[in-house]
Amino acid sequence: MRDVAVVSFAQARNVRRENRRNEVEMLIPVVKEAVEKSGIPKREIGFTCSGSSDYLAGQSFSFVMAVDSLGAWPPIMESHVEMDGAWALYEAWLKIQCGEVDSALVFCFGRSSPGRLRETLTLQLDPYTLGPLAPDPVSLAALQARALLESTNHTEREMAEIAARSRRDAKANEFAQLQGDFDVDALLDAPYFVSPLRVHDCPPISDGAAAVVLAADDVARKACEKPAWIRGIDHRVESHYPGVRDLSRSPSTRLAAEKAGVDAARLDAAELHAPFSHQELILRDALGIGDDVAVNRSGGALAANSIMVAGLTRIGEAANQIWRGEAGRALAHATSGPCLQQNLVCLLEGE
Amino acid sequence: MADTREPVKSIVTPTRLEYDFTPGMASTRFLRGMAEGRILGQRCPQCEKVYVPTRGSCPRCGVPTEEEVEVPGTGTVTTFCIVRVPSENIDLKLPYTAAHILLDGADIPFFALLQECDADAVRMGMRVEAVWAPKEEWGTTFENIRYFRPIDEPDVPFDSFKEHL
Repeated sequence: MRDVAVVSFAQARNVRRENRRNEVEMLIPVVKEAVEKSGIPKREIGFTCSGSSDYLAGQSFSFVMAVDSLGAWPPIMESHVEMDGAWALYEAWLKIQCGEVDSALVFCFGRSSPGRLRETLTLQLDPYTLGPLAPDPVSLAALQARALLESTNHTEREMAEIAARSRRDAKANEFAQLQGDFDVDALLDAPYFVSPLRVHDCPPISDGAAAVVLAADDVARKACEKPAWIRGIDHRVESHYPGVRDLSRSPSTRLAAEKAGVDAARLDAAELHAPFSHQELILRDALGIGDDVAVNRSGGALAANSIMVAGLTRIGEAANQIWRGEAGRALAHATSGPCLQQNLVCLLEGE
Repeated sequence: MADTREPVKSIVTPTRLEYDFTPGMASTRFLRGMAEGRILGQRCPQCEKVYVPTRGSCPRCGVPTEEEVEVPGTGTVTTFCIVRVPSENIDLKLPYTAAHILLDGADIPFFALLQECDADAVRMGMRVEAVWAPKEEWGTTFENIRYFRPIDEPDVPFDSFKEHL
């Protein structure tokens, strides 16, 4: 295995509605910042991989148009996943492991605002028996929260505490969308949105973009004073049909962490992609993360949840903590699909 | 017992999603220009190519294009095709000509309809001009230009536009 590291990260500020700039205009400064921070000349970056969804943009081949933000001349080696940028990073990591290239640019973008997200996301469901019923993502998450609350000792108060902590921590994150101090008792006095979820248990709807540069071995050491080395990365998927899963647990996260070589006792920090508050509880249980690990210092997906972007952002924010000296070893997690269907775990370490 | 009934071959699950389109800053300027009867492009600050219409970046250099350039409605056919098959969505007399047109002062051709000209008479290098819809019908849309038609000017030599094929 080659030593591969995250050497730079850039992101756009998450906003409810980016209605001035199109996707290309959003990406140009983000890609430029990530490439410049890496110090690797753009022409020397061996591979580019992106993550996005045409269903969000509302136009076909929006990911091809996004190439206009790169300056793809002479023609570049490029690929795309119709997934969160974290999976684009996985493809780039594989490409580097195969020895084909020594560095890669990974970027992603997602504007939820052009469409109605709760309707758009129903199209990711099985189109024969589940999709036609149009269960929206909040309702599916509520089914999961109910399964968790009824089958474990977890409480709605813990969920509210996670929401309050996330938005409080997000005050230090200039890219976050939802920040502030909230009183847990006051949160619990609010009516249910989709029971047992209250509005504070749900993520904001966000438009955003992010980019990461990966590099191997000496290229990474030259690019970055303190590369955030990827010590392990793995992703696992569960059944497409929520009814056949135990929604109160996340066996795919547990297995991905095991394959990535995660030892929870040795972690300093974790960035968990948990769009709904109860999902952080499920992920903590799956990963064996205790209170001694700093979870989601960035505010996590409860503070900014650009679809297709929030997962790669977890990897970038975990790397940020290594670069700032806040963590020596950090776990980053990304999720995709309804109710934590698919999960990626990435273990980062400083030197 | 084997099931002898007809297999279920299809189901219908209607889906409709509506989107609010955001053209972005550069395309917005282009579309606002259209509403004024002007054709606006943008110049790349690095390679100095002029893009019409523009999407806000130079795809070759990957940098924002900000300098606005107005170009005239006259240009040159760089390549073309003659359509002889009907299409449900297009109500045009067959055959008709679709052409790549390089406007004077622009560096990329765009796709447009050619009319007022027999298909057999269309040539690479042929000079053409935009035919606009009546002014009272103008909106923030490329459709203000109905089509292009030939003008009485000599063809331009192939070498002058071969970089733009």
